[in-house]
Amino acid sequence: MSDQGIDRRAFVGDLVAACLAAGGPVLLGMVRVAAAQGVGAGAYDPSAHDYGIGIDIAKCIGCARCVAACKAENDVPMEPHYFNTWIERYVLRTDGTVDVDSPNGGLDGFGPIESEGDVLRTFFVPKLCNHCANPPCVQVCPVGATFQSPDGVVLVDDSYCIGCRYCIQACPYGARYLHPEKHVAAKCTFCYHRLVKGLVPACVEVCPTGARVFGEVEKRATPLARFMRFNDIQVLKPNLNTKPKAYYANLDGEVR
Amino acid sequence: MQGYIYPNEFELQWSLLIVLYPYITGLVAGAFILASLERVFNVREVQPTYRLALLTALAFLIVAPLPLMAHLGHPERSFEMFLTPNKRSAMAMFGFVYAWYLMVVLLIEIWFDYRRDIVLWARQSTGVKRWFYYALTLGATDLSPKALAFDDSAGRWITIIGIPSAFLLHGYVGFIFGSIKANPWWSSVLMPVVFLFSAIVSGIALVLVLYMLTTMFRWRKIDMACLDKLAQFLFYALVVDASLESLDFIHRLYEAEESIDILSQLVETRLFLSLIVLQLVIGTLIPLIALALTSPGLRKGGFVRLPPELRQLVYLGAAVFIQIGIFSIRWNVVIGGQLFSKSLRGLTVYKVELLGIEGLAMTIGFLILPFIILWVLVKLLPPWLDSVPQDEATTA
Repeated sequence: MSDQGIDRRAFVGDLVAACLAAGGPVLLGMVRVAAAQGVGAGAYDPSAHDYGIGIDIAKCIGCARCVAACKAENDVPMEPHYFNTWIERYVLRTDGTVDVDSPNGGLDGFGPIESEGDVLRTFFVPKLCNHCANPPCVQVCPVGATFQSPDGVVLVDDSYCIGCRYCIQACPYGARYLHPEKHVAAKCTFCYHRLVKGLVPACVEVCPTGARVFGEVEKRATPLARFMRFNDIQVLKPNLNTKPKAYYANLDGEVR
Repeated sequence: MQGYIYPNEFELQWSLLIVLYPYITGLVAGAFILASLERVFNVREVQPTYRLALLTALAFLIVAPLPLMAHLGHPERSFEMFLTPNKRSAMAMFGFVYAWYLMVVLLIEIWFDYRRDIVLWARQSTGVKRWFYYALTLGATDLSPKALAFDDSAGRWITIIGIPSAFLLHGYVGFIFGSIKANPWWSSVLMPVVFLFSAIVSGIALVLVLYMLTTMFRWRKIDMACLDKLAQFLFYALVVDASLESLDFIHRLYEAEESIDILSQLVETRLFLSLIVLQLVIGTLIPLIALALTSPGLRKGGFVRLPPELRQLVYLGAAVFIQIGIFSIRWNVVIGGQLFSKSLRGLTVYKVELLGIEGLAMTIGFLILPFIILWVLVKLLPPWLDSVPQDEATTA
């Protein structure tokens, strides 16, 4: 499902045109490539989109391929404590206590659970920037270096950020960090460089169980809209009125 | 580390340098408000500290943005805050509030207050000094009674503008923290008010210490009426400050929101020394009791009538303790607010570096620098009552 983000009408138009002109599988493949690169679809129009991400907790197996793909794709420092996305493991015990861990963001795998006897339930929770519709990080940035793109993606302008770190303080989700080499705030971009080419974020692409569903929030016939229609959806820290656009299915109340 | 913290929270974002920023701007605002007591509210007793307080405010205000600049990832881009400020950002307003306070309030007030003396110093000096003072007059050398009366009324008006400006300067610093809803330790509507009153407390305490030390080193006699008045105001400000802090504390405990468990752990473990011992006991309770007993705050002459020499020592001790307490308040806000995870599931630690741009050595440097600037300012513009030049211009 790597073509979710493409303007479908343009894509189909190109497809039909190509088939009419020449037909044959070779040309069809060429059009597909062209469309995926945004060439056939025309220039990327951010105002035509409103992106969000759906995450199904029940499907996440904690393999952290998403974390690895994200680090490789996005110039995220490989050392620990810098993550655009990470996996948390929750262990709920019969006595009501909760253990949470995320060793190296889940990248190195999770160790065995201590004293398994009293475990009630366990599950993994992928975390990333929520690309809030009402983002506190954008509100506090003194120079407007972090901003909301028209397609609803919260981005940071590397060449403009002064590195004051106010946005990192303002993010309730711990989704931002100061890039140790660039000395600017860094975070998940929904792989914006891929979006403009009609591709989905790397984490979505590699997820082996389809726990991550990327797409348009508003449009009806998209995988994300379908995901939101057929699941009970919750967001993180709704009381803060940040209006997150990371939509969780099967989210436990213990997750913060 | 204890419990769970988000992976990106391992690195503490705001270090010791950012502790300095509210501490220093607090001293600026407090010193200025003390100065305004004499000017606007006609508290004659504190007149010996009027000019000293103004120069102190200026010296600290010059240093205030330096720790911020040193902390930025890209200090060379900081001017963007003036060129393209994000109007929704509290921090973006810093540059404007600072510039307003420095240029419009403090420098102009000092200039009007000193203009007569600067003109006289220019006339009485020779060589480079003469030209320096002439430059400072900005060409306004008229010492007619009418001109001096204008100086006086202009100075008064600027102080009247200056009081809300000083409130703005420091209340706004509190707002920077208080408006962060993501952080339950910071997010409080009381934050700007608490910051403001702790600023007044710290400013009065600082000027009290400076007045005592400078008077001693100049081998002059300390004006006890002035010192008693300072101690009295210090006591009142401390009462208000402690009440507000208590209100904030009780309110949090009573509401017992989701964050109460982790914040209780924070106070009981990581902040025990800096909050319970330094801020509460050393910085608040001991000075409060000492000033209540000895200063004329509650009873004329104090409950315990001490000889002036001993009273001076009590005041000095209380003021120094208060400084330790106020610095701890800033530490507890800035560092304390980053020692717990926003997942509300764990605590982290902050290790102060010794060297390096955000280290202890740098911090101490930034704390000494205002005193060096103040020393220079005092040499150029002596603030003492006995150094006001005699007006021989009218006879010459």
